[in-house]
Amino acid sequence: MQISQSFQNWRAKEGSAYIFLSPYGLLFIVFIVVPVLAAFLLSFTFFDAIQAPRFVGMDNYISLLTRDDTFMRYVLPNTIQFAVIVGPGGYALAFMLAWMLAQLPKIPRTIFALILYSPSMTAGVAMAVVWKTLFSGDQTGYMNSFLMGLGLLREPIQWLQSPDYLMPIMIIVTLWSSMGIGFLAMLAGILEISPELYEAAAMDGMSSRWQEIFYITIPSMKPQMLFGAVMSIVGTFQAGAIGVTLSGSNPTPQYAGQLIVNHIEDYGFLRYEMGYAAAVSVVLLLMVLFFTRVSNRLFASEG
Amino acid sequence: MSKRRVSRFSRYTGVRNRGINPQGFHVSQLKFYVLLLPLSVFMLLPIVFIFSSAFKPPDELFAFPPRFFVVSPTTQNFTDLFSKLTNSGIPVSRYLFNSVLITLVTVAASILVSSAAAYALSKKRFKLKNTLFTINNIALMFVPIAVTIPRFLVIQKFNLLDTFWVHILPMLAMPVGLFLLKQFIDGIPDEVIEAAQIDGASDWWIYLRIILPMIRPALATIAILTFQAAWNNADTSTLYINNESLRNLAFYLSTLTTTTTGANSVAGQGIAAAAALIMFLPNLLIFIFLQSQVMSTMSHSGLK
Repeated sequence: MQISQSFQNWRAKEGSAYIFLSPYGLLFIVFIVVPVLAAFLLSFTFFDAIQAPRFVGMDNYISLLTRDDTFMRYVLPNTIQFAVIVGPGGYALAFMLAWMLAQLPKIPRTIFALILYSPSMTAGVAMAVVWKTLFSGDQTGYMNSFLMGLGLLREPIQWLQSPDYLMPIMIIVTLWSSMGIGFLAMLAGILEISPELYEAAAMDGMSSRWQEIFYITIPSMKPQMLFGAVMSIVGTFQAGAIGVTLSGSNPTPQYAGQLIVNHIEDYGFLRYEMGYAAAVSVVLLLMVLFFTRVSNRLFASEG
Repeated sequence: MSKRRVSRFSRYTGVRNRGINPQGFHVSQLKFYVLLLPLSVFMLLPIVFIFSSAFKPPDELFAFPPRFFVVSPTTQNFTDLFSKLTNSGIPVSRYLFNSVLITLVTVAASILVSSAAAYALSKKRFKLKNTLFTINNIALMFVPIAVTIPRFLVIQKFNLLDTFWVHILPMLAMPVGLFLLKQFIDGIPDEVIEAAQIDGASDWWIYLRIILPMIRPALATIAILTFQAAWNNADTSTLYINNESLRNLAFYLSTLTTTTTGANSVAGQGIAAAAALIMFLPNLLIFIFLQSQVMSTMSHSGLK
């Protein structure tokens, strides 16, 4: 009796909140929480998608660290190289561009913002057509033809099949499409800062624009900077499939463009070692968590 | 006060054309134009290329040396695209139809599901409120591609493989969307809702008649983000769908570029270019129409 009474109270007070929350909550649990937990659990098993998962303790993680030559020699260094350049690089670029745009009147600003944002609208599939043609390996490819026309190149280069060029091309393509939602958030953040702050600083004798950026602009928009940072971290790891898209094969030629997400796909869907793939997934999620914590440190708002 | 400081300060009087968000042109802006113009051209090149290639006749697509711009434009590629049957006998228009239908349903459902949850998280009082919002903020870090495999197992368990719904349901759990909407609703004063409650308005009335109309810019933003995610999504068709007639245009385009007989063959390249344009254009048009709404939403995007 008592229990049903308190349930009735709860339903009257909080029930409607949960009614509004439940559709999203349910989908959130099914498609985000459960898969993450399942990845964590599966990472301690051997699972080939045919027989039931068999508990193997830390074996997958131990193999990953000690026996997976490909992972240590190619995948991890590639991922770090890619993430360090595309992550902070793309982020800094997005901030600088947003800052420059904020110095322009509304109409040119809107046009430039649209141009810079447009590559991120269609990341992936549609653009693969373009990049494949631009970097086509024979002499009819635009890059080859252009460089040969300038006399810089004698023989056409197999750009997307070459271990030397695949990674730089992946980085350029990803940077090109990295002015996404985080960029828009930072632009809006810069525009929100009250002009009085700058006037006050000018009166106090602040004279260089760099000082303005580091002492007024960035501290005044820390929340947007953090949002931008999280978007850029997620975007960077999410963009990892680009190597396979460009080269058209997994594994990529001589593992040159092999990133951690491709490694997961390789083991999960090509070799059906799903427990092992899950362990790699957990490592990836931990990497994202780590980088987000770092940016939290940098941009956490006081209070 | 030194002379220099006076002159600098005086620029802020009257119409302000220098510094952040100026009203008009000022010589000091020139340096930004000098940097931004060439960069914009570089950023635009691949996009101009999509437009140009889609209208190229075969002899221009394979011209040597290659020419960037189309000389004698033709719509032949589009005619070819839609008259073509894929290897499995499905007309390309079927993929396009699937894409349109999936995207429309996903966008509509996402707006309703996320805004209802955002309303509860912003304006309702309940114990777990802050905890749930924090969990959603942590989920902003979620990288779907990392858990493709467990997601596959979940989708299999729920018998969603090879269904229309598998395109839609996973898309609706979009932490960024909920986050932006919640932040935007926070900007609506509580008094507005209290006044309506005193007048006897129900929760649903408040949600439908007060909240939704007031957050139109944020809804537009969610619509764009969901649109981009759903329209460009080839993974669902690849991973969770075996029935060819349930796959979408993004998937079809990805088959053109991954198989060697696709993009490299003479017929394939024109078709791929036309399909790429159809993939890209709606993103661009929608963003142009809604960009001012997006910008007003993004000013609420701070993550604390």
